[in-house]
Amino acid sequence: MMQKDTRIETHTIVVTVDNEPGVLARVIGLFAGRGYNIESLTVAETDKAAHTSRITAVTSGTPAVIEQIKAQLGRLVPVHRVVDVTIERAAIEREMALVKVAGTGEKRVEAMRVSQVFRAKALDTTHSSFVFEITGAPSKIDAYVELMRPLGLVEVSRTGVAAISRGAEAM
Amino acid sequence: MNQMNITPDAAAESLELSGSEIVIRALKDQGVRHIFGYPGGAVLPIYDSLFQDNELVHVLVRHEQGAVHAAEGYARSTGKPGVVLVTSGPGATNAVTGLTDALMDSIPLVVITGQVATHLIGNDAFQECDTVGITRPCTKHNWLVRDVKDLARVMHEAFEIATTGRPGPVVIDIPKDVQFKKGPYLAPNQVHHRTYRPRVEADDGAIRKAVRMMAGAKRPVFYTGGGIINSGPEASKLLRELVKLTGFPITSTLMGLGAFPASDPQWLGPIGMHGTYEANLTANRCDLLIALGSRFDDRVTGRVDAFSPGSKKIHLDIDPSQINKNIRVDLPIIADAAHALRAMLAVWKEEKLTSDPALPAWWKQIAEWRGKNSLNFKNSTTLIKPQYAIDRLYALTRGRETYITTEVGQHQMWAMQRFKFEEPNHWMTSGGLGTMGYGLPAAVGVQMAHPDALVIDIAGEASVQMTMQEMSTAVQYDLPIKIFILNNEYMGMVRQWQELLHGGRYSHSYSEALPDFVKLAEAYGAVGLRAQTPGELDAKIEEMIAVKRPVLFDVRVDPKENCYPMIPSGAAHDQMILSDAEDEPTVSEEGKMMV
Repeated sequence: MMQKDTRIETHTIVVTVDNEPGVLARVIGLFAGRGYNIESLTVAETDKAAHTSRITAVTSGTPAVIEQIKAQLGRLVPVHRVVDVTIERAAIEREMALVKVAGTGEKRVEAMRVSQVFRAKALDTTHSSFVFEITGAPSKIDAYVELMRPLGLVEVSRTGVAAISRGAEAM
Repeated sequence: MNQMNITPDAAAESLELSGSEIVIRALKDQGVRHIFGYPGGAVLPIYDSLFQDNELVHVLVRHEQGAVHAAEGYARSTGKPGVVLVTSGPGATNAVTGLTDALMDSIPLVVITGQVATHLIGNDAFQECDTVGITRPCTKHNWLVRDVKDLARVMHEAFEIATTGRPGPVVIDIPKDVQFKKGPYLAPNQVHHRTYRPRVEADDGAIRKAVRMMAGAKRPVFYTGGGIINSGPEASKLLRELVKLTGFPITSTLMGLGAFPASDPQWLGPIGMHGTYEANLTANRCDLLIALGSRFDDRVTGRVDAFSPGSKKIHLDIDPSQINKNIRVDLPIIADAAHALRAMLAVWKEEKLTSDPALPAWWKQIAEWRGKNSLNFKNSTTLIKPQYAIDRLYALTRGRETYITTEVGQHQMWAMQRFKFEEPNHWMTSGGLGTMGYGLPAAVGVQMAHPDALVIDIAGEASVQMTMQEMSTAVQYDLPIKIFILNNEYMGMVRQWQELLHGGRYSHSYSEALPDFVKLAEAYGAVGLRAQTPGELDAKIEEMIAVKRPVLFDVRVDPKENCYPMIPSGAAHDQMILSDAEDEPTVSEEGKMMV
């Protein structure tokens, strides 16, 4: 008998869609209705002339569920393409975060020092706070946020993952 | 002035019509003859254009759910899309059950809903609801048309999407101001969706591999489904040829009945929870399962990890998302059924293949399973057994052009088991959603499309009361539909499960305070009949057939009869119960969780 593969994998899926009303609701509704996970989701129009948007979704599930997610996305009428960049392409994945830290004295200096190591940029400064901008792989942002936590972390805003393939070819 | 410069020719090219005229024109250009609908404030302009048109035939239903089921019956029995026109708010929400039903069973429908004027959308206006939001998960696609310039394009795209690929229902929501505004009309050939391209042609390599697997199989079986019916009559013809050529046994899902003639010796009967013993055992023990346009529904597979455990599996489906959804398969083929079957036949002939010499031994085994006679029942001389009623209905309607619709429950399963379908498009039932109340309005739709045929709804007394109001529609349009009610005074399938799983505690499954169906028929202006003993059944059935008016036939059947054979939920195909006489079935705790 066939053994069911129950490993949970995380995949980044890039979906090109017609930029029409309701298209994002269709995608989100599909995930919610069929009980799939969304870890992050980013969406914006990427080709004004062609009216197409690009949705990057990070999702997790067993290999069978991941396969279903891609097939179900492909069924939606406004969807042009579905690319699983985790298996089909060597992809670059980046995320941006805005991080607010409040504090004075040694903690404030340490926050500045850590940010320099992570190449985070101060966007706003007061005598008792910073807002930093950091870009990187999601794991790098996780690490940075964890380091900031004891140094007076107030608030984090993350964009979710954007992904693109390496090399000269488009996806 | 600008207008002065427009020549008559140019004016004709840029034909300007009101939104409501665009709707009517587009329907006619799409070849639509019949519409099922119900008017209301937000569709008045379209109804006004309909009033001024004398080609389209509008059928006024009594409830919007009835309109959608009627359109489903119309679509399934003709292969053409069903068209529905309803108003905003409650008109749209009442259509939701029908839309979901059509989505589950892949029925092509174009449903037009009125909407409040664009400037009122989002204001909680009278009879406003978020129709595209509500219907998004229960349609193949939907549109809110905010600009009359988009209307003609959307109308034609709607037909393209509803009828091609895996068919399904679509909704076009049209605000009232858009129905009044003037805009350009485009003909169907001027419109083609910019990205939607369903795949219909099969991959040659996959077909060749499939056919060789078939030639090498020692214990093969075809397991076909609604996809064959949806592909069109050609697919059924090709399927018959392939089944003859290979000599393989064939079973089908509930939705696939009629694609292969039930009178043929290669037919095993339906597969699944209430399928025949031989069909389920054949699927369980085969070494090659050839799934054609079927989707491994849980009602078919039973326990998935015990479903056909020793077989290689080929799965042909037009919808890629069906592959490996419930059951992992060895060879997927994404294509339209007719295309793929034609290609399979060509390869079989071209490579001069023959079936494996082990096939006769497989048939011998199947004959043994058949010997169980799993559809057998103990007849009675005093009580009408529901199985007997269906057997007599079948016997007395043979040789006629007969279309059968059903409601949902025991009567539906008995009809599936006992009524023998020889041709596709003659069996209309709610398979995926299991919608009680489907059969009566579906019969209205079927009879509209086939005025001279015999259209019978095999019903239960509980289901039929959910959409009984459509009797009034049947009377209004002189539709001589026959509602054959197997009245056991229970929601029979609910009662059967309560008996098997809940210690015989019949919680709210008794049909209390039933109407007198004969008087009810008369109140509607239809004909009422009743049979209480087996002796009077034949004469009453003949009377029902002879009457050229709508009939409600109250067939009083044995209230205690259960539907067998049955695979208890959570069990495997080789764990069928054949009758009440057997030991109490053991249903696992896990099985009880399943529906």
